[in-house]
Amino acid sequence: MAFKYFIPGISLLKSGGGNDIQWCFSQVKGAVDDDVAEADIISTVEFNHSGELLATGDKGGRVVIFQQEQENKIQSHSRGEYNVYSTFQSHEPEFDYLKSLEIEEKINKIRWLPQKNAAQFLLSTNDKTIKLWKISERDKRPEGYNLKEEDGRYRDPTTVTTLRVPVFRPMDLMVEASPRRIFANAHTYHINSISINSDYETYLSADDLRINLWHLEITDRSFNIVDIKPANMEELTEVITAAEFHPNSCNTFVYSSSKGTIRLCDMRASALCDRHSKLFEEPEDPSNRSFFSEIISSISDVKFSHSGRYMMTRDYLSVKIWDLNMENRPVETYQVHEYLRSKLCSLYENDCIFDKFECCWNGSDSVVMTGSYNNFFRMFDRNTKRDITLEASRENNKPRTVLKPRKVCASGKRKKDEISVDSLDFNKKILHTAWHPKENIIAVATTNNLYIFQDKVN
Amino acid sequence: MLSKGLKRKREEEREKETLAVDAWWLDPSLPAAAQAPPAAASSSLFDLSVLKLHHSLRQGEPDLRHLVLVVNTLRRIQASMAPAPTLPPVPSPPTAPCAADSLLASSDAALSASMASLLEDLSHIEGLSQAPQPLVDEGPPGRPVGGSPPSLGALDLLGPATGCLLDDELEGLFEDIDTSMYDSELWAPASEGLKPGPEDGPGKKEALELDEAELDYLLDVLVGTQALERPPGPGR
Repeated sequence: MAFKYFIPGISLLKSGGGNDIQWCFSQVKGAVDDDVAEADIISTVEFNHSGELLATGDKGGRVVIFQQEQENKIQSHSRGEYNVYSTFQSHEPEFDYLKSLEIEEKINKIRWLPQKNAAQFLLSTNDKTIKLWKISERDKRPEGYNLKEEDGRYRDPTTVTTLRVPVFRPMDLMVEASPRRIFANAHTYHINSISINSDYETYLSADDLRINLWHLEITDRSFNIVDIKPANMEELTEVITAAEFHPNSCNTFVYSSSKGTIRLCDMRASALCDRHSKLFEEPEDPSNRSFFSEIISSISDVKFSHSGRYMMTRDYLSVKIWDLNMENRPVETYQVHEYLRSKLCSLYENDCIFDKFECCWNGSDSVVMTGSYNNFFRMFDRNTKRDITLEASRENNKPRTVLKPRKVCASGKRKKDEISVDSLDFNKKILHTAWHPKENIIAVATTNNLYIFQDKVN
Repeated sequence: MLSKGLKRKREEEREKETLAVDAWWLDPSLPAAAQAPPAAASSSLFDLSVLKLHHSLRQGEPDLRHLVLVVNTLRRIQASMAPAPTLPPVPSPPTAPCAADSLLASSDAALSASMASLLEDLSHIEGLSQAPQPLVDEGPPGRPVGGSPPSLGALDLLGPATGCLLDDELEGLFEDIDTSMYDSELWAPASEGLKPGPEDGPGKKEALELDEAELDYLLDVLVGTQALERPPGPGR
């Protein structure tokens, strides 16, 4: 059933899925030290729409963009490597004088706009402020001014005897990032999500209690479309955890909550979308009920499939796929690390139970991926129902080395090559992963390193 | 088995943690385990949660999601610790339930108060952020007399816990001052941040129907007397 076409310059996905693919190490970016600088902690990873660019944001407020080399794409033995294309400081720490608090510069999310001309645009956000950045290339410069010397000094006009027309001459490629819009002062609480609408003119930003709609051209006002703040804050029991626009339907968006619900809203229904069109919630399994039921049901990420037919949610222990036409239960559930269910008390104690893992789809919506602890990450093939656990580690870093599947021993006698639950390193968490929109290339962020894996191309 | 429930800072995370298997509430061999976990373990979970809550509240700007989840978990634990007549007696030391009850009683009020005050603060801060300039720019904070000034929104002056960014101690001081002590004698209040106002003391020559001492008091309270120095007049 697996087949592939080779059209020069384009490669299509094999329809085999996560387990038929042999994943190989390709590259790792970041410091080798075990001593992690706080500012270098990666906080978001995102491919652009073509997959040619890969952006990361970190706790220090910086954005680093990698670009895929083009030369090797046509050759069949390897895909192009990602090299640094641009680095810039997106957000600086700020001080809120009213509350006497520092606003963290950590980049919570990056979202790319589709490319319309030579320049690239992305939105980056910290807890309070969203910025639109333009990334453009400069590979030529004008030379031959009449009033300026080549080194920039001004010439005395009286010495000019002839006039010439300045011409463009090639120069070393320079990539410039400039902030084009700053969308500020619209969020009292911490921004957790931004999502660009399919109209490519508007986008939403969500914080713990509110969701705002912006126009990309207008920075001095935004439109509040969801507000779950209770009149009396003592009654607060639920917060918004993530939000996303539907990929095709520009009036539809979803937002998830800390109680494990997802609400789908239609902006045509009313200006303030406090009443959902659909409410997705799975009833609690009574046999699994515990004090921590609510915490582990809290949704940390929600992502529509590329097709727009499904959405995926990530809670602490599982990934769920929902059909937008069925509200009462997910159509598929995948256990990420069920062996942690008996450890919830300890995970509550050390706060790991509050970790927010993200999830992503592959380009054909046939495989989903999410992170776990011990620098493990998991993929689930929706067609074959097979899953795989892989590790992002510098020990496997010979290029084109096929990654060996990992297995966690939940209980009983540990087999060779298995790792026991008690040996897992809960400080090594993979919270952020991204999948190339068209190819089997994935970016996996450990605490301060970015790993790039590719499927083995024969 | 349960170590200190402090949030782990990055620089302290050096050794790998060994997780204890703590599935006592899932263990079917315990009597009525699903409904009645051992009181001691519940109680320590309660303590841990209270510790987390207080730690969270001490942050300048707490993570709202973390806070809400911890509070909801605490409520669940509280609910389960409340004595239920239908449950079989749990084999635990006799002092434990009493300790849990008193913990419940003392923590509940403090918990509610802390949580309420924090959430109120967040609410007030948001209200203030819409009209910050008059407060921030004018030097020492003014003491609202009678009701709240309109720009402060619904500031609740009752109780020090609800004072927010404007100097909690100041509000706490003033909330229950007994003003009757100022009625009988001439009183020059200390300069506790009252706004200096227009100088009209020395200039006032008009005879007033009000008692001079009363007038002085009113002026002092409304206007502030740091800059005023009234010479003793007739009758004083």
